[in-house]
Amino acid sequence: MIELQHVDKWYDSYHALVDVTETIHRGEVVVVCGPSGSGKSTLIRTFNRLEPIQSGRILVDGQDIHASGLDVNALRSRIGFVFQQFNLFPHLTVLDNCTLAPIRLHGLTRTQADERALALLDRVGLAHKARAWPSELSGGQQQRVAIARALAMQPPLMLFDEPTSALDPEMVGEVLLVMRDLARDGMTMVCVTHEMGFAREVADRVLFMDEGRVLERATPGDFFDRPQHPRAQQFLSDIRSPFARSSLTTP
Amino acid sequence: MIELIDTYWLYFLVGQYPNGPLGGLALTVILAALGLVLALPLGIAFGLARVSPWRWLRWPVTALVFVVRGVPLLMVIFWAYFFLPSVTGHKTDQFTTMLIALVVFDAAYLAEIVRAGIRGLPRGQMECARSLGLSYGRAMRLVVLPQALRSMLPSLVNQFVSTIKETSLGYIIGLAEVSFIATQINTQVFTRPAEVYGILGLTYFILCFGLSRLAYALERRLARRGASAAAAREVSA
Repeated sequence: MIELQHVDKWYDSYHALVDVTETIHRGEVVVVCGPSGSGKSTLIRTFNRLEPIQSGRILVDGQDIHASGLDVNALRSRIGFVFQQFNLFPHLTVLDNCTLAPIRLHGLTRTQADERALALLDRVGLAHKARAWPSELSGGQQQRVAIARALAMQPPLMLFDEPTSALDPEMVGEVLLVMRDLARDGMTMVCVTHEMGFAREVADRVLFMDEGRVLERATPGDFFDRPQHPRAQQFLSDIRSPFARSSLTTP
Repeated sequence: MIELIDTYWLYFLVGQYPNGPLGGLALTVILAALGLVLALPLGIAFGLARVSPWRWLRWPVTALVFVVRGVPLLMVIFWAYFFLPSVTGHKTDQFTTMLIALVVFDAAYLAEIVRAGIRGLPRGQMECARSLGLSYGRAMRLVVLPQALRSMLPSLVNQFVSTIKETSLGYIIGLAEVSFIATQINTQVFTRPAEVYGILGLTYFILCFGLSRLAYALERRLARRGASAAAAREVSA
């Protein structure tokens, strides 16, 4: 479904993605993890051209997304994107957040769009908040609305950019449950996340990135229990027992 | 004072109308209102150009904004009055001259307010709208501008209040707006400048104060939606 061929990206002189070649298949749930600044978010932001790349090719459904004449808006409307900061539109109600794009881009009537949105809000457990303003919702609720909003475009592919990193701990679960259900329904998903429990239970495959490179690709079982690359081993031991880090124990 | 008002109130309000051209307070109000109505869309257009990703659009407008901001309004009026006819070939009347000067001048200031309003929003709003598949124009129109305009409201009103007062510079090119009329009255009465100009000042104050209050009410009404809900949540938390 997504094919990356020798993708390189620079922010000025900083090499953010280094020769990334990777294939994500339809129906697959891929978790991308790695230390901060490793290029995980940058990677998935290139899939819908939120980030330009300097060399290489990215194919979505066999189509080069940088081909001239490609309708980037049509491409993006087929890729759901969930942001760390939710980015609900604060001047619109929850329902209007979910109907804006379908009405404008799929040509739905308000009634059709409302119906579609309400079904999705129900799926994320927030149908009763349809008339609320985003500012009236908790972070976890806002993120679930953001997921419903992305789903309202009926994309065959969903990208999640650290969807739970901005949430209070007690709200992480409700968002992960929605994502798990989505995965079980067969959605193709690429999730950048630090939620290792989620990765272990839901992911088909884990990509480990550091310094712009994909250093390890493995099933969750292999990745967590038998990490191959020394950086991956270090990363896993860091997130498991942060107090054992040498930088913290030695003065 | 009563006698003064009694004698000149009609002249003050409408100038020589209906025996001559409309003037006085009526002309001031019309000039200010037209100025606002025309300057706002132009200001938004300029503001959008200022944040536009296209250089060919951004650069000329940026240059215009900097030039206009760098000269006094009086100078813009002189340009419109003396320079414009020499370009177009025919003489523009004082009202149109003043209106053009006001609109160009205010649009440049409004452009900066609009630019700041747009830049002040989180980047994620535009990004998110684009990620849904909305075009740049639609994202701007449906997501960014409605939020930006709301946060700009106090600055916009500030500029509008300035516009009302700026109409008084029409005096310089002999436009019979309310300041000009007041001066005429003062010349005729001669002995009571404090009262004449006191009334003139009060008139401007009422106009500006009225607009401010109107805008404040609008601001409150807009804020009652999202913001009050957030406040309620904070109190309960």
